[in-house]
Parts: sequence; C-alpha cells; structure tokens
Amino acid sequence: MADTVVKTPKLDELEKGKWPSFVKEIKMAAKTSPMAQDLLGQLELSYEQKLGHWKHGGIVGVMGYGGGVIGRYSDMPDKFPNVSHFHTIRINQPSGWFYTSKALRTLCDIWEKHGSGLTNMHGSTGDIIFLGTSTPHLEPIFSELTKAGFDLGGSGSDVRTPSCCVGPARCEWACYDTLAMAYDLTMSFQDELHRPAFPYKFKFKMSGCPNDCVASIARSDMSIIGTWRDSIQIDKDAVAEYASRGMDIKADVVDNCPAKCMEWDGKELHIENSYCRRCMHCINVMPKALRPGKDRGATVLIGAKAPIIEGALLASVLYPFVKIEAPYQQIKDVVAKIWDVWCEEGKNRERIGEFIQRVGLGNFLDAIEVEPVAEMVAHPRENPYVFYEEYFEEDETAEEQK
Amino acid sequence: MPEVMQERLTDIGPPHYDKFLPPIVKENYGKWRYHEVIKPGVMVHVSETGKKLFTVRAASPRLISIEKIRNYADLADKYCDGYLRFTSRHNVEFLLTKEENIDPLIKDLRVLGHPVGGIQNSISSIVHTQGWIHCHSAATDASGIVKSVMDELVGYFETMVLPGKLRIALACCLNMCGAVHCSDIAILGIHRRPPKIDHENLHKTCEIPSVSASCPTAAIRPATVGGKPSVEVIEERCMFCANCYTVCPSMKLNDPLNDGVSIWVGGKVSNARHEPMFSKLAIPFLPNNPPRWPEVTDAVKGLVELWAKNARKYERMGEWINRIGWPKFFQMAGIEFQKEHIDDFKHAGLTYKRSTHLTF
Ligand code: SF4
Ligand code: SF4
Ligand code: SF4
Ligand code: SF4
Repeated sequence: MADTVVKTPKLDELEKGKWPSFVKEIKMAAKTSPMAQDLLGQLELSYEQKLGHWKHGGIVGVMGYGGGVIGRYSDMPDKFPNVSHFHTIRINQPSGWFYTSKALRTLCDIWEKHGSGLTNMHGSTGDIIFLGTSTPHLEPIFSELTKAGFDLGGSGSDVRTPSCCVGPARCEWACYDTLAMAYDLTMSFQDELHRPAFPYKFKFKMSGCPNDCVASIARSDMSIIGTWRDSIQIDKDAVAEYASRGMDIKADVVDNCPAKCMEWDGKELHIENSYCRRCMHCINVMPKALRPGKDRGATVLIGAKAPIIEGALLASVLYPFVKIEAPYQQIKDVVAKIWDVWCEEGKNRERIGEFIQRVGLGNFLDAIEVEPVAEMVAHPRENPYVFYEEYFEEDETAEEQK
Repeated sequence: MPEVMQERLTDIGPPHYDKFLPPIVKENYGKWRYHEVIKPGVMVHVSETGKKLFTVRAASPRLISIEKIRNYADLADKYCDGYLRFTSRHNVEFLLTKEENIDPLIKDLRVLGHPVGGIQNSISSIVHTQGWIHCHSAATDASGIVKSVMDELVGYFETMVLPGKLRIALACCLNMCGAVHCSDIAILGIHRRPPKIDHENLHKTCEIPSVSASCPTAAIRPATVGGKPSVEVIEERCMFCANCYTVCPSMKLNDPLNDGVSIWVGGKVSNARHEPMFSKLAIPFLPNNPPRWPEVTDAVKGLVELWAKNARKYERMGEWINRIGWPKFFQMAGIEFQKEHIDDFKHAGLTYKRSTHLTF
C-alpha cells in the first residue's frame, strides 16, 4: 500500500527521540491496515488544527451486553472513510497482567483479522484495549475472544473491570492474595459488569499493601489495601547488615517514620508497633530486614473518584481491618447493601463517593448497617450543628426519673 | 451432517491468571522473601526457598501495534520460556529465571527501541489517556505530549539518580481517565471557552432537562432560540468542566483557540511517609503547540529538576513542597501566583492559609 501512504510531517517529528514512539506503532499497523492509515491522516489534521475529530460515542455493542464496546465515529467520514467507525473494545485482562506469548499471539491474530491492529496494553482501568473496529466486526470478535477464553470488560454505568497489583505472585509485601480476589469479584459480578444498571460506574481495585501500586485509593469506588495488625517482622541480623553496609538508619528510616515510633541506638532497631501507621516506609527502605506482620488482612476504603462531577475525592475508610479470605463474604455482603442504597437513592451519574458526600457518611453508614468507628474520619467534627434524631418531651423525662 | 448450532458463550470472565503464571511464580506464590534492584530496570525477587526471579522492565508507548506485541512474545519465548507481564504504568516486564539472559534481553530491547528502567528512584512511564487518537472530549493530545516529555526525561527513566520516586500522569480532559489527580506532576488538558451550543440540533439529539441538570454550577437553563427549544449558558458561571458535553453532543467545548494544558504538582497515592495527597495547581495554562509542545515539555522538565535539586532523600514532590511551603515553591519555580491558583469550588475555604507560618 506504499502508493497510498499519507503525508504526516507533524507526526513524523514524533518518530524522533529515544522514547518509544506511538507514531511508529501506528505506521507499523498502517502497513497492512487501511484503518490505521486513515487514523494517521486524521491525527495529522488534528495536529495541524489543534482539534480532535471524533464524534460523541454512539451505542454499539454485542448482543446481550450493555458494556465493553465504546462507539466511536470520525466527524470527517468523507475524508477518512476507513475510520468512519473506530470503536474501542475493552477486554478483561487476566489478574496481575500476566500472559504467555501464546495468549498474546492469539489476541493479536483475532485483532489482525477484525480491527486496526492497534491496542493499548493496557487502558487506565486495566483492560486490554483494542482500538478501532467497525460495527459488523463486533460479534465475530466477541465470538473468537470467548472461544479463546477471553471476555469483555466494563464500560458505562456498570461494575468496571476490577484490577489488582502483582501481589503474592511477585511481591513480598502482599498482605493478601490480590489476584485471587480480583478474579473472584470479577466472576461473581459478571452480570453487573456486562449489563449497566447503576447510577454510574463502580470500580474495585486491589493493592496488596499500603504502597498501593494500582492507585486504588485515588481511583476506585471500593479500594482494598492490604495491611497487618500485629508487629512488623524484624530480622536483626539483616538490620545490622544494612547498617554495616553504610545505610544511615537514623536519617533514612527512623527520621522518616511519620509516627515517630522507631528508635535506633546504633545496634538495635526498636519499633513501638502500637503507634505504627502501617505506612510501609521503613519496610520499603530495608526489604531484607523488615516485613509486614503475620496477622494480615486489608483496610477497605470507599468513594474515590476523579473530578467529574462534583470534584475529585480520595477514598475514605469503611473497614479499618478485614481478614481477606475466599469467598470474601463480608465484602460481598456490604457491597450488596451499598448497591441497594445507591441504586435506590443515587442520582444519575452520581458516584458512590459523591452520594456519600450528599447524604453524609453517618447516614450512609446507617443505611448499610455499618457501625461508625474513629478510624473513618481524619478528625471528629469541628462544627457544632449536630443533627440529633430524637429528643425528650417533658412527661417522658418525668417518666424516666421515676 | 447437520450443522450444530454453535453455543454463544457469554459471561465467562477473564482467563484464570493461573494459566499465565510462570512455573517459578506458581512454586513461590506468596513465598517471596525480599527483592533487590540489581541495576536500573532490573530486579531480583528471592523466595524463602532460595529461588530467584529476575524482572526486566521496559518502557512502552502504551499505544502499541500487534506487530510490537508479537515482538514482545518472541522475546518472551527467547529469554523467559514465554512468560511476561505488564505493569499498571504500561511498562512491559520480562520474567526470567536465568540471570545470564538479562543482558542479551536488554540488548534486544534496545534494538527494538525500548529503554529499560523505571524502577526505584526514577521516573516511570507516564500514565495517560487517548487524546486526539480516540476521544471526543480531548482538550489536547495525550500520546504526543507524553512522547515529547519522555524524550526529555528518558535519562531519569534509565537511571536511579533522583531523590525519590516521581510519578507523572496525563489526562486530556477533566474526566481524567487515569489517576492524574494524585500524581507528583499531572499534565491536564483544559477547555477555557463555554460550550458552543448547536441550537439547530440540540432538541433532536438531547433531552433538555438532563442537559440543564448536568451542570454542577447550574449555569444551563432551558431557552427557546430561533423558535426552537434549546438551552442557554450563563457564561460567568461556566467552569469549562464539559459535563454538559458528556451528556449532549450539541454542547461542544473543544476549541483550538482556547484549549490547552495545565500543570499540577505534589500528589501521591502511596501511603509511605505522608498520606496520599491530591496534586495542586502549579501552572494554570500552557498552549497546545503540537507536535512537540515545547512549553509543556520545558515546564515539566524544569519542575523535575527543581525537585531533584532541592528535595531530601525519599521526599516526593508534595512532601518537599509541604516542607518548604507553597510561596517558596512558586518563588523557586519562577511561577507567578495568580487568581486562578485560588480555589473557588466546593471546599475552597479549606485551602486558605490560616496561620502566620510563612517564610520570607
Ligand atoms: S501494592 Fe504492595 S503488595 Fe502490591 S505490588 Fe505494590 S508493593 Fe507489592
Ligand atoms: S511502617 Fe511507617 S509508621 Fe510504621 S514503623 Fe515503619 S515507617 Fe514508621
Ligand atoms: S481524559 Fe477526557 S479526553 Fe482524555 S480519554 Fe479520558 S475522557 Fe477522553
Ligand atoms: S462546561 Fe460545565 S460548567 Fe460549563 S455549562 Fe457545561 S456543565 Fe456547566
């Protein structure tokens, strides 16, 4: 197709430089895909005009599913007919983003037949993204994907594809099995994932420790972050080894402890564990000497989101500590209650975090039958306008005083 | 033989991860004892059993062709019995059991054009979004800025010379697909012009009550324009969030003259030391200047280097700024403080300075 190659002087600039170039990737795909060629043409125009040329998504999908495909259409179909349809397909990634070369090749073969040959590995939520196909290809892609053991991810007002950190598969700090939990929740909520029925999206993210490698505290409606209740495990010899190899344990470790609960006398490291905030700093710095405790579980937080609509939120504590073991019943039970309340009373496009802000955390806890605990707030209220729900009448007080 | 109706599979979920774990991972699942960074982009995890797993992490542009994925698969076959994974920041990781394969793999990755690094005190790949490649709301492109910024910063990806970790993220509009609002440096596409209303078509494409209801500042009200039912926008109330555009294509926010990029700093998601924090506004507006966005690239590079020079060991961008105070940050960064830096949305009052703890 060398004769139809479009001129892209602006994009060509982005082939230079040391960082891997997405333009080279599109050009690789354009060798065989007319779609990728027209994408180059349209993108070059966007670079000239400083303006995107995609229309608002339309409703497209595969039979029986309401999510997983994002409709996308060019606003210049006459000029770029091969991207007049350019839909995205979200494919549920395996937990921890592990693959075999064989599985990757299978995905590539399907996508070579039915789409632009361009992907994101991976999208922001965690899915495998197939970027650019047309409506008639959707059912064939779906059928080939499911035959190969893959299924679509979430989109729209549904459970979005859960994602997790690498966890016990390769990390010594994992306080629970993030891969197993992500897989279990994904399988348990298949219906909620494929058939949008919520006020808005609902994301689960699982991190094995407070380092939170999948940014769950910033990005998920329910964030499950591994932690421990007992004492940090100390290997004294390894501490001494770090010291002898030149680590300044006072400056690097002790002085950076946010709880100021560590002491180092040049020989022995002491941690007052009842004050430790489980921040991970000391463990991160001395992985050979310090490890999370043995009584492990997770802190469950709720309500993180980006700004749209009412402003960004970080997740806040729902359960300070939960043991995380299959079948995760305590979590599933509370999730069911949360969804009930939110589906009943949530407004259209209101994330759970915004819903909680609107009705108040106290009222929300009542509705989902969870007892308030001090760990849920940064500090108790400063304002004295308290809503008491009951008060005494004269005669009741008299009754009581009898 | 009559054709058997093929059963249509649905709701099967993702493949079980177990199918894709290398044998060494299966054998040592949950038994990892510690890890060490051997050199930039290379680490070893050591199990309680003494077994060692080597990881080589390489950069990726996130937008990759199937040809590249096949290249990755070939490398995985050549060096790691066919096993590999991806990270939450779009890097690709090769999982090796043979230490002697590390250097040949790195060499092959170099030939393929993929630098190795992004571990420990380095800048990892920029989490980013679709931009003009695939999204209707984009106020800027994503991949082009990321490529331009990382071409400048790749040296910090391939080394570990920074005081701590630095996480950059980019979103091309306020929808913020990706955790940009809690990044050391966030690059955010912004609109600055109220919606251009397509009065001809609005009543055909959108429900007027839901358009009015979509606006967080109640700037939209129903109106009849040119005899047609439509809406009007009270422009002084518009904060260019594009919520209305999300629900109604006839409320276009995209505008080449006014769209551009803002820069935010000091956020983090990890709980290490300081609690997680939001990023805060450093530079309200920089122009869209494709293909290389020199203004954005210079600004980001300047901020990285300012932090690298002044932060103490382990201090993330936000921890450093907390220590020195925001006025000092603006002064050192040479950024003029202006009205746009002062919050005026919901919890704005909580962001005012309420003490005399000031530096001069
Ligand atoms: S979140 Fe913790 S357990 Fe999970 S990969 Fe990161 S450091 Fe390891
Ligand atoms: S985990 Fe954090 S709070 Fe706990 S002892 Fe270590 S540094 Fe201190
Ligand atoms: S951040 Fe905005 S413009 Fe970018 S991909 Fe997401 S919705 Fe589209
Ligand atoms: S852009 Fe946002 S603030 Fe402006 S009119 Fe639309 S919804 Fe309202």
